[in-house]
Amino acid sequence: MKVNSPLEVYKYLPGDNCGVCGVDTCMAFASKLLDRSGQLNDCTPLLEDENKDKLEKLEHLLAPEIREVEIGIGDKSVVIGGDDVLYRHKLTFFNKTALAYDVWDTLDEDNLVERVKYIEDFKKFYVGEFLSPDMIAIRSSSNDPKKFADTVEKVMENTELPLILCSFDPVVLRAGVEKAHKRNPLLYAATMSNWQEVADIALEYDLAVTLFSPNDLDNLKSLATSFNKMGGEKLVLDPGTYPTGKELNTTFNNILKIRRAGIGGDKDIAYPIMAVPLTSWLVHKDTVTASYWETVLASVFTIKYGDVMILHSTEPYAMMAELHLGDTIYTDPRKPVTVDPGVYEVGSPTPESPLIITTNFALTYYTVESDLSSNSINSYLAAVDTDGIGVEAAVAGGQLTASKIKEVLELADFSLNEKTSHNTIILPGLAARLQGDVEDMLDANVLIGSADSGRLPGWMDKNWPPEKE
Amino acid sequence: MTKKVKISELTNMLQDLDIEALEGVEIEGDIEIDIGGLGGFDPNLAHALGHETAQLSVHLANISRLLGYPVEQAFASASMSMAGQQPQMQPQDKQQIPFGSGRLSELLSAKLEVEPAQEWTHTIQEVTLGATSSDGGSRKSTVTIGGEKALPYYFDAPMPNRNYVTMDVFDMPIGMAKAVKVNYEDVMGDPGEWAKKVVNEFNADMVTVHLVSTDPMIKDTSPREASKVVEDVLQAVDVPLVIGGSGNPQKDPEVLEKAAEVAEGERVLLASASLNLDYERIAKAAINYGHAVLSWTQLEINAQKELNRKLMKQCNVPRESIVMDPTTAALGYGLDYAYTNMERIRLAGLMGDEELTFPMSSGTTNAWGARESWMKSSPMKDDSDWGPREYRGPIWEIVTGLSLALAGNDLFMMMHPTSVQVLKEITQTLYGSVDKETVDISNWVEIEMEVQ
Repeated sequence: MKVNSPLEVYKYLPGDNCGVCGVDTCMAFASKLLDRSGQLNDCTPLLEDENKDKLEKLEHLLAPEIREVEIGIGDKSVVIGGDDVLYRHKLTFFNKTALAYDVWDTLDEDNLVERVKYIEDFKKFYVGEFLSPDMIAIRSSSNDPKKFADTVEKVMENTELPLILCSFDPVVLRAGVEKAHKRNPLLYAATMSNWQEVADIALEYDLAVTLFSPNDLDNLKSLATSFNKMGGEKLVLDPGTYPTGKELNTTFNNILKIRRAGIGGDKDIAYPIMAVPLTSWLVHKDTVTASYWETVLASVFTIKYGDVMILHSTEPYAMMAELHLGDTIYTDPRKPVTVDPGVYEVGSPTPESPLIITTNFALTYYTVESDLSSNSINSYLAAVDTDGIGVEAAVAGGQLTASKIKEVLELADFSLNEKTSHNTIILPGLAARLQGDVEDMLDANVLIGSADSGRLPGWMDKNWPPEKE
Repeated sequence: MTKKVKISELTNMLQDLDIEALEGVEIEGDIEIDIGGLGGFDPNLAHALGHETAQLSVHLANISRLLGYPVEQAFASASMSMAGQQPQMQPQDKQQIPFGSGRLSELLSAKLEVEPAQEWTHTIQEVTLGATSSDGGSRKSTVTIGGEKALPYYFDAPMPNRNYVTMDVFDMPIGMAKAVKVNYEDVMGDPGEWAKKVVNEFNADMVTVHLVSTDPMIKDTSPREASKVVEDVLQAVDVPLVIGGSGNPQKDPEVLEKAAEVAEGERVLLASASLNLDYERIAKAAINYGHAVLSWTQLEINAQKELNRKLMKQCNVPRESIVMDPTTAALGYGLDYAYTNMERIRLAGLMGDEELTFPMSSGTTNAWGARESWMKSSPMKDDSDWGPREYRGPIWEIVTGLSLALAGNDLFMMMHPTSVQVLKEITQTLYGSVDKETVDISNWVEIEMEVQ
């Protein structure tokens, strides 16, 4: 982004504070554009013909330093790149690292279809949403155009996920592209030896293309500059992922240099970056070892600037960790850490429903909330104001105490005697040591729930409703 | 959330889990016992501990190959043959593709110029833990952390010290996730033997002694009694120690005082001083007996500054005796906050905030609190199969630790031997001290894979 003050944006906006964009003033909208929480087309007056110059100017000024590249079509398409900062706390990282799991053209058809389905269907629940793989990379291990084309076709029959077509042989690559170009796949890869032929394919079909220059950043930049000159803007850079030894440190620094230069304003190299943790399998053949090392590489390059990755292991422990880390690093750090303290209803609670205590740390709250709601446990869930600290640490640090619990019930006007028939409070298992204090202060029965809210359904079966005194 | 606080709670929690865990024991088919690559692990012991343990041993052996056991030679030939197939793209008949007026016949030549970061003007304080006989201690070697002039592994400035791992030892048997427990069942109840095991078999650089039993709600062991455990461990191993209390803010100061006294001259790391206990007593104990202090805060950069300031200005703790623990939250459970908090602390230090120029320590063990680490299967019925938890736990600990390594963390407090080995391997590889034969990646696309 070329600007860092709302004033610089404001002067190109209509300035009449019409409010169509959803905020009251053009200055406020300028701030939203600057932190990328608002979009130019929210300002409809700006889209009118007479404002064309201003719109273009703003598009130029507000464009992210790292270009965005879209791969695939429809709902499942992914956008990669688009970052403006080197550290997530400076703004946020945009467009979560896209994870592509591989299939290859020497797989027999049954295994191919099964693997595609498995990748497409894999999902891991996490605070209200499912994390899942983003793409499928199809490798030509046969180097046979016909085989590759058939495999691409078969994959397309079985998934809508965006595709990466992988071959260093332009003839093979073209055979795949002829089948899949309407799906807007990413091509892999142009190299120092095939770049003209691959450029022809990319330009002819207007597709994004990866440039592969293992451990030579000057050549990588030369390729990028040349493709750009030929009219290719949709580029992805792969400086090679060396899986072990000193070369891995070099790979780490290559990727770092590309991103630092790009964010620093070197337009010729400001493209999304690809890492290939799959190279773990060039050194490890044992599934567990290769999967562990691949996950380790994926972790390094999720954190340090990989925008798209090609992976092989579909072991759940590998995929779960990879998906979670992508979510972790790309979560917007500006989003609130806390939920408002209060007593929330989960489902449709009645006086017989339990009152469960947790903290107002957003992650804790939403985890408990989803564990309750997905198991259809009607309940009252009290989010105690612990300054956004989780249960365990808040008990240790004195942010979760009997008086804090009393405070939240008063705040919510929640009288145990009026709202419940049981006068019972369920404390988190990790807050067991508060039991006596809470009993005394609230004159209520206190039960100690499970240490992990995932165990609440089983705990409820055994302990709820409470025995009458 | 740092371990000194969590352990007393963790005990109850994990004891609960363990019962569940045993209920869930499943023996999956015939197990081939192959633990040849396992260093000091005793195969007979694996048998003795039963089938399930043997299965874990196989897992461990698998991961151990990462450390370069000869198993790898078989694979080297595979990558060599790949090298032979490096694709030499023949210049094709270019006339056949007459596309685009902008077609270039020659590559435009460019150079990538990247300057080292200018804004990193300060050096992180070096802190040495442990003391050898020449410095009045009895450790055979010491560990020095910190000293960075850039973010870790960055080309801007070489990192002077590698990352280190200190492994947990408890002063009483405690509940723990099953995948961890199988490694320690034979030494639980004997902290000295436990310490020997983590050093000799699991390659720990240091040992953390947790005096959990001192918690009034657990055994209320007296400080004097607890300090005997410290003496035992000092006798048993010759690496530097971290000494942790139970996490009880009233009891910890006197427990750590006594422990500091019996460990005089050994330059241990006292864990921890925090804003919610009498940090002055702990600071004083460190100064009087020649130790370092762990300055622990909860995911809050300003609180970290405040505590460091108090330790330095109010308690006169020397700069070279302060290590920070800004709190570790596990992958999926607030790692985003923990990561960014550490990264901000380190960047602020490098840019000259003298209240934050200290090395950092992570209670990576917290990763075992994540349900993905220990639950047998997902509590969410729509989830895909989570697979065996024996594999999930270690990877959770590794990814949590590795993420923080990239944020600038120096010292890792860990529990599972596999996690320790893999974390050491990757951090030392990034550090640049691991020599391996260069792998030819030029034709990785054509790698042949088995179907998993």
